[in-house]
Amino acid sequence: MLKRDNAVNIFKRPLFALVVFFCVTSLFFCGDYVFAEGYVSRDAYVSTGAADARILIPIFADDSASSSICSLIYTGLVKVDKNLEIEGDLAERWEVSPDGLAITFFLRRDVRWHDGTPFTARDVKFTYETMLDPASGCPYVSSYSDINKIETPNEYTIKFHYKKPYAPALLKFGMGIIPSHMYSEAKNIRDEAVGKDPVGTGPYIFSEWKRAEYIALIANQDFYEHPPGIKRYIYKIVPDESVQFLELVSESSDAMNLTPYQYFYRSDTQRFKSKINKYSYLAHSYSYIGYNMKDPLFRDKRVRQALSYAINREKIIDAVLLGLGEECTGPFLKDTPFYDETAPGYDYDPAKAKALFKEAGWVDADRDGVLEKNGKKFSIRISTNQGARIREDVAVIVQDQWAKVGVKVRVQTVAWAAFLDAFVNKKNFQAVILGWTIPIDPDLFSVWHSDSIGENGLNFISYSNKKVDKLIVAGRREFDQEKRREIYRKIHNHLAEDAPYTFLFFPYALPAVNKRFKGIEPAPAGISYNFIDWYVPESEVKYKF
Amino acid sequence: MKRIMIGAAIIMVIAISAICAPVVAGYNPLEMDLTEDAILQKPSLEHFFGTDNLGRDVFSRMLYGARVSLSVGFIAVIISLVIGVLLGGVSGYFGGWVDAVIMRVVEVMYSFPTFFLIMMVVTFLGPNIVNVMVVIGLTSWAPLCRLVRAEFLTLRERDFVSSARVQGVSNFRIIRRHILPNAMAPVYVSMTLSVGSAILIESALSFLGLGVQMPAPSWGNILTIGKNYIDYAWWLTLFPGLAILITVLSFNMIGDGLREVLDPKSDRKD
Amino acid sequence: MKRYILKRLLMIIPMLFGISFILFVVMHLAPGDPTSIKYGMNPEVSQSARANFDKMYWLNKPVLTQYVLWMKRFLTLDFGRSFIDGEPVLKKIMSRLPATLLLQIVSLLVIFALAIPIGVYGAFKKDSLFDRVSTAFVFIGYALPGFWLALILVFIFGFKLGWFPVSGMTPWYTEYLSVFGKIKDLLWHLVLPVTATAFGSLAALSRYTRSSMLEVKKENYVLAARAKGLTEKYITSRYILRNALLPIITIAGLTLPALISGSFIFETIFAWPGMGRLGYEAIMSYDYPMVMGTGVIAVGLTLFGILISDILYAAVDPRIRMDK
Repeated sequence: MLKRDNAVNIFKRPLFALVVFFCVTSLFFCGDYVFAEGYVSRDAYVSTGAADARILIPIFADDSASSSICSLIYTGLVKVDKNLEIEGDLAERWEVSPDGLAITFFLRRDVRWHDGTPFTARDVKFTYETMLDPASGCPYVSSYSDINKIETPNEYTIKFHYKKPYAPALLKFGMGIIPSHMYSEAKNIRDEAVGKDPVGTGPYIFSEWKRAEYIALIANQDFYEHPPGIKRYIYKIVPDESVQFLELVSESSDAMNLTPYQYFYRSDTQRFKSKINKYSYLAHSYSYIGYNMKDPLFRDKRVRQALSYAINREKIIDAVLLGLGEECTGPFLKDTPFYDETAPGYDYDPAKAKALFKEAGWVDADRDGVLEKNGKKFSIRISTNQGARIREDVAVIVQDQWAKVGVKVRVQTVAWAAFLDAFVNKKNFQAVILGWTIPIDPDLFSVWHSDSIGENGLNFISYSNKKVDKLIVAGRREFDQEKRREIYRKIHNHLAEDAPYTFLFFPYALPAVNKRFKGIEPAPAGISYNFIDWYVPESEVKYKF
Repeated sequence: MKRIMIGAAIIMVIAISAICAPVVAGYNPLEMDLTEDAILQKPSLEHFFGTDNLGRDVFSRMLYGARVSLSVGFIAVIISLVIGVLLGGVSGYFGGWVDAVIMRVVEVMYSFPTFFLIMMVVTFLGPNIVNVMVVIGLTSWAPLCRLVRAEFLTLRERDFVSSARVQGVSNFRIIRRHILPNAMAPVYVSMTLSVGSAILIESALSFLGLGVQMPAPSWGNILTIGKNYIDYAWWLTLFPGLAILITVLSFNMIGDGLREVLDPKSDRKD
Repeated sequence: MKRYILKRLLMIIPMLFGISFILFVVMHLAPGDPTSIKYGMNPEVSQSARANFDKMYWLNKPVLTQYVLWMKRFLTLDFGRSFIDGEPVLKKIMSRLPATLLLQIVSLLVIFALAIPIGVYGAFKKDSLFDRVSTAFVFIGYALPGFWLALILVFIFGFKLGWFPVSGMTPWYTEYLSVFGKIKDLLWHLVLPVTATAFGSLAALSRYTRSSMLEVKKENYVLAARAKGLTEKYITSRYILRNALLPIITIAGLTLPALISGSFIFETIFAWPGMGRLGYEAIMSYDYPMVMGTGVIAVGLTLFGILISDILYAAVDPRIRMDK
């Protein structure tokens, strides 16, 4: 699923990533230690985030705080492991029919809901039928809209039939399953959920939700893998980023996502170093400048390419992210099979940019420092959403860099709401600075296919390339990993050549966690994938219950 | 009197350096230096107030920010002055149902947590300096209106007004020639004080990201950046905060001094 | 008395209507539609979900019709549901109200407990060192940007010295504390937010008290009493204090809008789980029903506060005529 990456919480969806090596000596014995203790749940883990959760039902959770809490309370049929490979969760195994039109899951038989009711295929059927019901208004329905029938041959088997083969299907079965015995009578699950404590099958049981203050969970001692090592999970809401940091360092909280600045400069103090570990790895998102292809100014490919050549990405990464990011040339995550390192990357080259502008007819005839064509000055309005400090900083730097090749830039920051309205819907913009989350599956339909240009579509820059359209559709229908890889690499090259975006960078995720937590093993999936294996040695326990 | 002089002197210094910012500043407030040594420099002779996270000179940014604060203060107050005097005058001079209606509206304005309204309007109509000025002006005329009304009520009954009325002088002329000039003294006091509060509101809005938009500098949005670096770059928090404090303080000193000069009888309440 | 109260109560109603209309119009003049705000960047939300959403909140109807529909609901205290999480607006506000009231009431108490003695003492010792210091403090209090003070308080007392909690009201571990411990913990969390909230109004009120005292001291009846040879102590307690402090009751009512205005900033900085922060977040996310709800409740609260102070004033001051 693609989401705006405004607030990234480390305990959110598995992070697609390359590890920057980080060595925690205690890693080597942690496994033994936990076994020796026989999985005792101890202490409390207090993480902070800016926003409160909205709804603790996974099929309706469309913000990062809610999804991260839901991922602890609920589990899905499958999950991704630390290397982002699919593995079974509530499903022990599954079979895909040879034509790719049916998937059968065989469920675990030892799972109980937090209230003691046994978990069965009925719950799975109920969850997916609820999502598919248009009346329920589930935001993720389009990921499942190719399902045309769900069967439950027995209590522990469930079979999904598809209208067309859909390669990303398996990954989508990570969606948390909700209990049919709680909601099957409900007319409207959203309303019903408000008054009820959420009940799931996950490692943590819901205990308290104090609106705008915190959400508290408690370890599920009967969790089917093993009881989690940490007894209480607290998500504390602190709206202000800088206050979050003060909380972390004064040890009122145990974890947060650092800003590059905090990571770089403020973690040097003795107070920080003695108490807190910091991590960094590629977050699975990228930032870009998008050009409105409907605007005559950007219709010429050479102009877009020239603008890309005129941007010094290295400098932007150094200034805005303090070097904590990597250059980006396409919409897939670096170091995954789909990302083609050889695709054209537009290294900073102002001379080439000027030459391309000249080819396209833009020259500075009157020597005032700004290019003209047919008497018109080259001037661009860049827009970004207000409050996104990193993007605002990027805009200011881009303004500076483009000025050097004779492009006049006006920066405009707009409140998120107005921004979406004006740009996503009305397409009334010239260039935008935004970011996308990179889903684990490489499917690009909703952002790059010409069918997604329509009103409210996410292809709001109106990019349309017949070849790319064809490749996107082929990629969705292809189950063979090797063939898919080829398809997406081709797409990467087309996008790089057309330059509808200037791809800027992949930022690093920069989580910081209090040192008393052991068992953290950074992996491509981030650090939170093995949260239930984290523990606090008995001597360092802070909160005793 | 001393207070007026001190206040006015400070305001003059700030205003003149704001107007002459390009000369005084020494740096372009928007020009960045992104090299590692250039960002977040401590105050020095080169950069009096240090540099910010993008290597921009804070002193220069604050000079340009002063333009924002002062112009918002003055223009907002002029707007509220026009509305306040107009409505207050009409209300006090004519009385009757017009007065009743206007006074109800004034009561509404008085009991409204105006900051909420301002925040809402600015967010929804777009955060920019013009909207900020207009909205602050439109929401802060109530005290002025009440003041003018009270002056009009008393002046209306004075002999020189009655005699003018008997002579058949038109209402407009009476107001303009006889009442208004006599009613203005307390208005000047209240106005000076309002400039201060308008500056405070503007800085709070900019601090919340609802005022002047980056990269354009304002005291409030320098503080927004400062907040994120508070435990390291103290200069980003200290100087703009002090600037706001001193400016508002100066306006209040002038206002307070004026009050004593214009109305020596009483040590009035607000 | 009853008639007076009733009259004041009835006056509140048109005011609430007027204010809610202003709020409503402003909100709808704004560019940006809430459907795309909620679902804008989510590729997996279908068109039908959007249409449903529009219908649920009448967003497809003309503005005036929306207002009438909204008003109908409003009369039954139903503000609709939040766009963000679909919860009833009133319920959300009610769950946040106690925190705001706690902060405001404690702040008011602190303001009165400190401002009156400072003002009275300053008036009696006019031009003394104390008077000068307190006057200077008042001047600074007037001119100090509240959010800046809040930042500095958090940084110095919360972070550097670690004397008080950096943010929040009731931490998650309160369930493990004794009743006494809970109260102590709550007071601890109140110190910084109350200081920030009270500071500006404290200055205003002590200034007011001082000048009110000075004015009364010059009144004829005080001079007459003094001429009669009454003791200074008797004059102070019987004449000056009583007459000077009475009008301060009305000021309490007028302090409320300022306090509530402040709550929108302070509650966000201190992560205080109150209505001000709710309103601020609602504005930022264009949550129309929530903005309307918090706006109307905030105004209702201030009107109510002013009403109470008016009634109190009328009750203690015989000069106020009830029928007027």
